[in-house]
Amino acid sequence: MRGLKIFEYEAKRIASQYGLHVPLGYLASSPQEARDIAQKLACPVVVKAQVLVAGRGIAGGIKLADTPDKAEKAAFTILGSKIKGEKVSKLLVEKRLDIARELYVGLVVDRSAKCYTLLASQVGGVDIEEVSQRTPEKIIKRPIEAGRAVEVFQARELAQSLGYKGTQVVELGAFIKELCSAANEYDSELAESNPLVETKDGEFVAADLRMIVDDNALFRHKLLLEETRDVEYELPPLEVKAREKGLAYVELDGDVGIVGNGAGLVMATLDMIQDYGGRAANFCDVGGGAGAQRIADALEVVLGNPKVMVLFLNIMGGITRCDDVAKGLLEVREKMGLTKPTVIRLVGTNEEEGRKILQEAGIPSLETMEDAAAKAVELAKGAK
Amino acid sequence: MFHTKLMLEYGTKIVGGATPGKGGAQVEGVPVFDTVKEAVSGTGANASIIFVPAPFARDATLEAISNGLNPIVVITEGIPIRDAIDIMAQAKERDCVIIGPNTPGIIAPSGCKLGIMPSHVFKEGEVGLASRSGTLTYEIAASLSRAGLGQSTCLGLGGDPIVGLSFVDILEMFRKDPQTKSVALVGEIGGNAEELAAQYIIDAKYPKPVVAYIAGRSAPPGKRMGHAGAIIMGRSGTAESKIDALKNAGVRMALKPGEIATLLAKK
Repeated sequence: MRGLKIFEYEAKRIASQYGLHVPLGYLASSPQEARDIAQKLACPVVVKAQVLVAGRGIAGGIKLADTPDKAEKAAFTILGSKIKGEKVSKLLVEKRLDIARELYVGLVVDRSAKCYTLLASQVGGVDIEEVSQRTPEKIIKRPIEAGRAVEVFQARELAQSLGYKGTQVVELGAFIKELCSAANEYDSELAESNPLVETKDGEFVAADLRMIVDDNALFRHKLLLEETRDVEYELPPLEVKAREKGLAYVELDGDVGIVGNGAGLVMATLDMIQDYGGRAANFCDVGGGAGAQRIADALEVVLGNPKVMVLFLNIMGGITRCDDVAKGLLEVREKMGLTKPTVIRLVGTNEEEGRKILQEAGIPSLETMEDAAAKAVELAKGAK
Repeated sequence: MFHTKLMLEYGTKIVGGATPGKGGAQVEGVPVFDTVKEAVSGTGANASIIFVPAPFARDATLEAISNGLNPIVVITEGIPIRDAIDIMAQAKERDCVIIGPNTPGIIAPSGCKLGIMPSHVFKEGEVGLASRSGTLTYEIAASLSRAGLGQSTCLGLGGDPIVGLSFVDILEMFRKDPQTKSVALVGEIGGNAEELAAQYIIDAKYPKPVVAYIAGRSAPPGKRMGHAGAIIMGRSGTAESKIDALKNAGVRMALKPGEIATLLAKK
């Protein structure tokens, strides 16, 4: 559902297992630890926020520190702060590299070509999307045949295309090949090193490494799930609860709580609320064929958000039965009470029974999405 | 199986089922076989719909492809990207049409359904409807039917990042289909399928009116909105990009699902 993003330090740990060079470094969760690490490394360091958002450098999440003193100060500034909305609780303190050149190497999914594609560029250390837009000719693309791994010779050819010769072709080739192996074995949607640094000594070191594991493949990566359990704690608690209940839920910042059946329908509902001048508190999809319990779980999660002033339930029942939905709603009312005004749009399979159950319970339901969305927005405005 | 019964009732000729280990059983009067190979030789089946859980879907789909079934509707949600890539490559090699995965299927309101959509919202007519959604598709089909605008064929392309038939593929099929007089596309954030469709419409000087609705204008970047393929990555896959591209191709854009019917009624 989310694409399991891995922290830089975790990606580097995986990379090391494949023989890829990463800067010598250690994790710190306090300014003192950062100081100790800098002291231990006995060289200028880089202090890096471990967050899952991209673009942390520009947002102040990466600081250079020449001395242990400065490392401690940098750590003090970054720890506990928010980088692009994400709170920083861990830092990676690394030996600073002697950079000769910065490259980009990445393995991505090409949706329209329906295959993995290897990307490489001599322009590293900058936003690759910018490069792709401004100077696309500077990015070399090698689509990878389905079911086949990248061969070492193909990786060496790519290294050559990046302008390298002799032993560096072998070393960079090996790096690229092993990055692809790691990506493949971990079912990565994305695995990139940006920048991939060529040091003044001619070595290739992954200064940064980013991996996103295909959520849908997690069933075959149980160890990874356990190892990265701490990633879950970075998520808002309601998102964790929703995950446990098998619900697709994304917290937003408005006050109209939304529950619907079908991702497209829910997105359309969010859009409609926005168009009518309101703001959705969340996205929540109960999926197909949701029974009363599922509906109850979803409502509980959504209502667990204190920002929610109005609840909007939008159901277009195909396999999902309207009477089941009504029962789920009543279950929640009995269990925790419906303290917020609730707008329900209920059509589809068994809609008559469903509406009847609600009517008898004193809960009105509407027929069109437009009417329901307008009502929800109106109630939210009134609640302020 | 629940859906087998509904499809049979709708008029679909379901002639067999394949579930390894369950050969010899009967479901809704339909024989079950241990392998697709046996099912095909025993029944003469030529198409398939797959409900196998995600961890085993690659195997099941490759089995169907390998036995010449075409088209193949893959209902399953949650198939890993790597598996989907393998499936599509095999399908391409065998010239096999895959619909989905993570799709409600395909329906011709004249009496054939290979899918799980609620039949009652569809009505026979001349609008070709192709969507990346499930229930949103039913929502739009229902409003089309209410407005007297029946559908020729309606299908879900699937909510995953890697799918079989694309908007471009289906636009081409609708172009050649005499029953389809206009086309409605329902897209969402993520990927560039709609942008590619827009380019195709321009290049082909598309001869039939096309209208479209794109869900996810209010979606934040970087978050997966339910569907595995519904995510704005960096600057790619925004609703704005799709809306602009389609508008530029002369496609009339609906701002809400119900407007699709209104736009088509206007012509």
